[in-house]
Order: sequence, then structure tokens, then C-alpha cells
Amino acid sequence: MRLDKTEISLGLVALACVLFGFVSPGWLIFLLTIALAKALVVQGVVMQMRSGLVSFGQGLFYCIGGYTVGMGGQFFGIHDAIAALSLGMFVAIVIAMLLGLLLTRYREIFFAMLSLAFSMILFGILVKSQELGSTDGFNVHDWTLFGWAPEAGAGSQHTVFTMTVVAGLIVAVLLHRYTKAGVGVICEAVRENEVRVEYLGLSPRWLLYGNYVAAAAVSALGGGLTALATGHVDPEMAYWTTSGEFVFIALLGGLGHVAAPFIAAIVFSFVRTYAIEFVPHTWQMILGFTLLAVIIFLPKGLWSLVSREKTGERA
Amino acid sequence: MKNNKSKFSKYLVSGVAALALAAGAAGSASAAENGKFRVGIVTFLSGPAAGPFGVPSANAAKVLVDELNKGNLPAPYDKVGINGLEIEAVVIDEAGGATKQVEEYRNLVQRQKVDAVIGYVSSGDCLAIAPVAEELKTFTIAYDCGTPRLFADNPDAAYMFRTGLDASVDNIGAVRYLAATRPDVTRLAGIQQNYSWGQDSWADFTAAASALMPEAEVVEEQFPKIYQGQYGAEISALSVKRPEVVHSSFWGGDMEALVLQANARGLLEDATGLLTCGEASFATYKDQAPNGMIIGARGPFGQFAPDNELNTWFEGVYQNAYDLEPVYPATKMAQAILGLKYAAENAGVGDKEIASAEQLAAAMKGATFESVSGTVEMARANGHQAMQGITYGEYHYEDGVASIKNAVSFAGECVTPPEGVAAADWIADGFPGAQCN
Amino acid sequence: MTSLLAVLIDGSIYASWLFLVAAGLTVIYGVMRILNMAHGSFYAIGAYSAASLVGWYFNNGMGPAWVSYLLLVGAALVAGLIVGVIVERGLLRLMYGRDEILMVIITYALLLILEDGMKIVWGVSPYFAYQPYSELGRTSLGLLKVSNYDVALVGVSALLGLGLWAWLERTNQGKVLRAVIHDREIAVAMGVNVKLMFTITFVLGTTLGALAGALTAPAISVVPGIGIEVIVLAFAVVVIGGLGSIGGAAVGALLVGLSRAAAVHYAPEFELFVIYGVMSLVLAFRPEGLFGRTLVRKI
Repeated sequence: MRLDKTEISLGLVALACVLFGFVSPGWLIFLLTIALAKALVVQGVVMQMRSGLVSFGQGLFYCIGGYTVGMGGQFFGIHDAIAALSLGMFVAIVIAMLLGLLLTRYREIFFAMLSLAFSMILFGILVKSQELGSTDGFNVHDWTLFGWAPEAGAGSQHTVFTMTVVAGLIVAVLLHRYTKAGVGVICEAVRENEVRVEYLGLSPRWLLYGNYVAAAAVSALGGGLTALATGHVDPEMAYWTTSGEFVFIALLGGLGHVAAPFIAAIVFSFVRTYAIEFVPHTWQMILGFTLLAVIIFLPKGLWSLVSREKTGERA
Repeated sequence: MKNNKSKFSKYLVSGVAALALAAGAAGSASAAENGKFRVGIVTFLSGPAAGPFGVPSANAAKVLVDELNKGNLPAPYDKVGINGLEIEAVVIDEAGGATKQVEEYRNLVQRQKVDAVIGYVSSGDCLAIAPVAEELKTFTIAYDCGTPRLFADNPDAAYMFRTGLDASVDNIGAVRYLAATRPDVTRLAGIQQNYSWGQDSWADFTAAASALMPEAEVVEEQFPKIYQGQYGAEISALSVKRPEVVHSSFWGGDMEALVLQANARGLLEDATGLLTCGEASFATYKDQAPNGMIIGARGPFGQFAPDNELNTWFEGVYQNAYDLEPVYPATKMAQAILGLKYAAENAGVGDKEIASAEQLAAAMKGATFESVSGTVEMARANGHQAMQGITYGEYHYEDGVASIKNAVSFAGECVTPPEGVAAADWIADGFPGAQCN
Repeated sequence: MTSLLAVLIDGSIYASWLFLVAAGLTVIYGVMRILNMAHGSFYAIGAYSAASLVGWYFNNGMGPAWVSYLLLVGAALVAGLIVGVIVERGLLRLMYGRDEILMVIITYALLLILEDGMKIVWGVSPYFAYQPYSELGRTSLGLLKVSNYDVALVGVSALLGLGLWAWLERTNQGKVLRAVIHDREIAVAMGVNVKLMFTITFVLGTTLGALAGALTAPAISVVPGIGIEVIVLAFAVVVIGGLGSIGGAAVGALLVGLSRAAAVHYAPEFELFVIYGVMSLVLAFRPEGLFGRTLVRKI
């Protein structure tokens, strides 16, 4: 396998992150773990955005990933983290394959609303499920990694962090290759003009379908990792405001690069946690102004700060 | 195709920048130990739960911390601050869901270096925080959340305490009040918000009713979505079944809207309303709630708090500061802070020393301390859960003044399951061992 | 029999409320192609303005009760006008021509800002304006007692819908607006002042949102977060009816209102899914909504 420079640098940053995990305080590790896990869900949103679809219901797969990991441990005796995460992705893929048949018929705002509706239906089902704790959700604990149980506390926190970084790296490299490959480029063509893609003899619908299913799997992975890190799942994961947050982060980062969602998610987490600390009564307003500022001054997201000089855009 | 070389350097730049940012943030956190007793206060500052619960609680915390720092409290809490140390409160918004609260809890403990955390209205947040409190070994008091699962799911909890009551107490108390004051009632109905709180409340209420009022039947139950605000169809559905008592665990804006609409449409004239959280809006009903509506305060709090020296003092300073009487969430917050102060000053450490979480937990476990609501015994869940009585009464409004009439109190042993027994089993078995006065 | 009557009455009352909330949203989308996430905040601002004004009126001096109805509407008009003009001129004007989805996100940012802004202005304590609600009394239909205010709301909602329709279909300004809806570029070429039409439309939309809030205020407790709850409802109604269609919003509101009332009376366990269920069903068979126009695919 030949790695290009982007992939090598992604690998180096991931390695630096893992090493950094050994010297940084616990709260920071946790914040980064959640941010990176959420960034995986955002990757799912971005994948669809590239082809012109905005999902306001990516929380559906985030929630499926989280609940599968939780229920696997609680009810089906699946304690191995990798097995549980894989199961979450598998369930998400199956459900996405079904929903995708319907959803890929829709574009623009109809796609957004219908994806939101499916996410809210899952929310409703979970709220009704008292054996799953209804809105209180339930705790996720006692997981192992290849038969090894990390010690509770700092040990398991580091393990989840490392797992998240590795998962992030794998997803990033795969997505990087995907966007560079022909099929990834066609996604952008679909966004620009679907009819012309059809005239080229390709089926935009099946392209979007594959994209949708793959995005679901990536998002479920993010949800599963969040569940392992937080140690708790609840239906809020499928609520539309959660999905709104993912779209927020996606736009914050921009579509410019596969690393953008990770950076955006980390920046988002920092802005939010410090806004909550310093202005506990008006932190939402700070987030709102941040988003507006990014849209006005950095229309292509935070990534344009990095790529601006290269493309010679005006400062 | 693209210039990968410059991209590569950009990568490292951005990666390093992110890490530097993080490291800088980490560095600023270690300057927290400033000789003060730092308490994290977590409650709703935004969203629908802020008005009825969060802000009265945060206000109570603020006024109590100010007065404690001046040493103005009556005995036995007349020592300045906590154990002679000034208290510094770090207030955090509880809005945003359990994942975010776990993150903020870790920030409080590890970045802000608080010595103890008091908070949580939402049961989901309490359940998510409990294992983290154990992991981080931080003394934590849940002051309001009501889920019985808090200690049932975490039977080995060492650092988590709850000074408020379990929600099953609310509904057992409600049925006992009905049985004592309206023994002839046969037609019961309920309207609950469709989430854990409403579902659990209704399950406890109906189970207790079938045990204590075997003649009564449930004629209608409605579960509208939380924060729906409009209950036109639900009120019709209840009305046509002609209930005698309508039970609701609604709270906040939903409850106020329900009372307003049900009253205007005559439902609350034909049937008696029973609101387990009704006291929190005591000051806002005015003439919009009918006389005789039964309200509770989830324990001996707010209007139902006794006239002891501590509570009279607390009501005075709260009224002075905010021109309002404290509602039950405010009393509960005061109770949690007094519990923390009790534990810190009885942990066996010298004056102006901060007790460790283990020492705090040992002092709190099974303790009996004086509070604004009377004497609190940490007598359940291995000494981690408070046991107190509960009072219900009728709302009356005449000549512009609201009051409580026909209040009846039930002792803690009368409404709380014995140690180690789940509420549902206790109710189903007909309350064995209950000691009622 | 009683419950069938109840379903019809409750359903129409709820539908009229849904229509009030959704009308402003669909007008703005129809003309400007902006799916306004902040619509719920305009609703909340209307509710807060009305509740604080009416509350103030009754707390100081008890004038005749009918004045309070004027105050309700007046508060909404003023609040909607002010906020609408500020938002359109101060923010949206800078953004026209951007991607439709980006506009959604801009209004999402606006929603976050307005939610905290309202907290700064009005605090978190509840506001009440119940006098107009209780003043009108109720009508008994057997076991069922109906609030006259709610019934009046059905009338107001119907009048408003007819008024909007007449304005769009029967006046010159309405015709111009329809020209903008059909093809913005051609309209500009024909000399239509599209920017002015945008301002008018947006202010009309915000005022409708504020009016919905103001008319709802008497029956509820006005607290933080009420705006968030109506957004998804309004979206669902508008998508079911077809984006940008007034008639569609009315039919969508009736469909959702009646299904919900039926669920509450006959199958309460499905109440939580009704709206999304109806939306998914309608979209499955009519992807553009009931009255949506199928767009010509541009090559």
C-alpha cells in the first residue's frame, strides 16, 4: 500500500495525539475523545454534503451505534469493544440500506426533513421503551478489548481515546482515498449537476445510496465510541438538535479536506466548554455568533484558514 | 495535481496548533487551588427547566453561599464558609444532555478542581454522572433528580449521595393523601409527560392506588410529548371519561399551561387536580388554579417546609434577595449545601482544612443532619439516600393571597421502602413494614 | 359519538394553531427560498411581547378586557416588524445568493442567538397573559367543554389564511410576488424590485410568526424554549403541504391536527409518532408535498 503525503501526515498527527494522551489531564482526553468521536459522525454528514445532500438526521446512526454498543453489553453479552462497535456499524448499515431506498429519491430540503423524521421516529421508539430506560437511558460499562479489561478510570479512558484516534485515522485515510477516487469526484459532480451525471451513463441515485450507507456506518462508529467514552446512552442522541450540532460542526470545518471535521469538532468543543465556564447564561449566543462569523468571514469553513494561501484566495 | 508539500507542512502546523491550544488550556487549569472550598453547582440555566427549577436553585445557592461566607447562619451552621474556608461556587448550565454533562463534570473536577459537586435536576444526567463520580472519586450530591435507579443501578456507590427524595415517595405519598382525605374516590385519570419521569410517576401512582384504594379504577391515561404546551385534545379525552381525580407529574411551563387550560375548560372543576410537583409554581397560579387542587413539593420543601429556625432564616434571606418565597427546588438546593457543610465539618479534619472525598463520604454516610426541611436522615441506599416525610395539601387563593389548606404529612417510614427493597416490589406487596402515624 | 365530535373540534383547533405557526414559514420559503430555523424564535418573541404587555396592562389599572385583544395583536405586529426588519436588513441581506442549505444554518445561528437574547430581555421566569383566554368563557357540548378563545382562534386562522390567499392571488403586489416565486431572474429582468419584495416578505413572515406566538400566549405559560418546540412541527406541516404553498400549509395543518386528535382519543400510544408518520407517508407518495410544484430539472 502506497501512502501519499496527506496520509503520512494524518498518521503522524494521530501518533502525536496518542502520545499527547499520556501527558494531558483527564478532562482534556475526555473532551478530545468526544470531539473526535463526534467528528466521525460529522464525516458522515460531510460525505453526503459533498454530493449535495444535507442530513438533519445523522443522529439516527449516531444513536444506533451508541445503543447497539450499550445493548450488546447489557443484554447480549457482547463485551468486546471491537465486536460491539462492528455490530453497531452492521446494524446501521442494514437500516441505512432500507431507509436509503426511500431517502435517495429526495433532494435538498425534502431529504433533510425526511432524514430528520426517521431520526425522530427512533427517538420516539426509545422514549416509549421503558425497558431501555426511556429518556434516562442506561449505563455502558464492563467492556473489554480482545479479552483485556482496561482498569476503570484513567486506564479505560486512555484506551477509548486511543481507539478513537485509530478509528479516526482509518476513516480519514479511507475517506481521503474515496474523495480522490473517481467515484468520490463524481459525488461532487452530482452536487453540481445531477442530470449531466446521468447523461454520462451513471446512476446518481445508486451513488447517493452507497454514499448514504457508508456515511451511516461511519456515524455509527462515532456513536459507539461516544457510548464507550461517556459510559451512558440516552435517546437525546437521536433528537434533532443533536443532528443540528453535527451539521453545525460540518459547516464550521468546511468540505475542503478530510481533516477539517476533526479540527472543527475540537474547536467547537473548546469554544463550547469555555463559553459554558465563563458565560454560563449565554453560551448558546456565543456559539451562534461563532457560527455566523465563520459563515461570513470563512465561507469555506475553518479549513480555508489552512488552504487559503495555496489557492491564492484574497486574505 | 495539488501541491502536497505545502499541504504537508500545513498539516503539521494545524496539528501542532491544536495541541498547543489544548496544552495551554491544560496549563491554565492547575492554578485552581486557591485556599477556598470550591463547589461545582450544576443546574438548568437555560431551557424549559430553568424557570421552575434551575434558576430558583441557583439563586438559593448564591444567597446561601454569600451568607455562609459572612458566617450569618444560625447554629449549628454558624461557622464561616465551609469549615472556616471561604466557599467559591462554580455554576454550570445543566442543559444539553447527558453526554455533555459527563464532559462538564469532568471539566469541573479535573480542570476547575472543585472539592465537591452539587447538582442535577434531570434523572438522565444523574444516572450518567453517578459512575463518573465513582471513577473520579469526587464527593457528589444529587439535590433534585428523582429516579429510583440512581442507587439501584449503582449499588456500590461510594461518593454519590442524594439529599432529595426518590420519586416513588412522591406518588406513594400522593395516594396516601387521597386515601386519607378522599377515600370515596373511584375514578382516577392521569396525564403525564411522555418521558421517564412521567412514565415512572404514573406506574408508581397506579400501583400504589390499586394497593391502597382497591375500589378505584383508572379511567383514562394520556402521555403527551414533553414541552407540548397545548393540551386541548388531551383535556377533551380526560373530560369525557368523567374522572374524579386527575393525577399529573407535569412540571414547569407544561404544568402551568395544563392548569390554565384544564381550569378554563372546566376539567378541574369537575375533577380534583393532583400535581406532584405543583408547589414549584405556587406563586404563579393566582386565580387560574381552582381552590382545592392538591399540590406536592416532592418532600417537606418550599411551602411545606417546617417553621424551624433554619428555614425561617432561609426564607428571610431568600425573600430579601429575590422578593419571592423559596419554592421547593430552592429549599432542596439549600438542603444539599447544608449537607455538604455538615459532612465537611464532621469529617475529622482540622479547622480551615479541606477534607478528602473519602472523608466527606464517610462523614455523610448514614448521617443525620439538621436542614431547612427539618432533620434529614441519610437512612437508605447504604446511607447515601436521604429519608424524609412528605406533605401534600390543597391550594387556595382568596383576596389575592395564596395559601395551603388541609395539609397532611406522612412520615418517612410510611412512604419509603425499607432498605434493600425496590419501590415497585414494596408497593406490590402492600407496603409491608410501613410505619404510618 | 362524543369522542368523534371531540376529535373534530380538537383537531380543528390544533390545526388552526399549526396553520398560524406554519403560514409565516411557508411564505418566507416560497419567496426567498430560506427555510427559516429561527421562525420558532419569532414565535417566542411574539409570545413574550404579548404576555409582558398584557400582563402589564392587567397588573396596572384593569381597563376593559377587550383592549387586551388589541394589545395582543399590536404587540405581535410591532415585535414582528422590528425583529423582521433588523434581521433582514442587518443579516440576511448580506447573505442572499448563498446556498439554500447555508441559509438554513445562518438561521440556525440566529436561533441560538435569539434564544439567549430573549433570556437576557425577559429572564427565565414564566409570563402569563391568561385574562384574554379566560375572559371569553366556554361552551358546553354535553361532557365536552370547549374554550371560546380556542374556537375564536379557528376563525382568526381561517380569516388570516383567506387574507393571505387574496393578497397573493388578487392584488398587484401579490402578482409581483408570485412572479418572484416562479422565476426570480425573469422577475428582476422585468423590473421587479426583488430586494424590496424580500424585505416585505420576510417582515410579513416574522410578523405572522410573532402573531402566532401572541395568540397562543394567553393559553400557555410563556417560558424559555417554547420556540424550539414549534420549529419541527411547523416544518413538518409545511413539508407535508408543499413548501411555499399557503393552501398546502392549511391542508397539512388540518391533516396533522385531525390525525393527532384522533390518536389522542383512540390510540394514545401512537401520538408521539403521528406527525412524523403522516409526513413520511405523504412524502413517500408525493415527494414534493401535497401542493408542491415539481421543479423542472435544469441541465
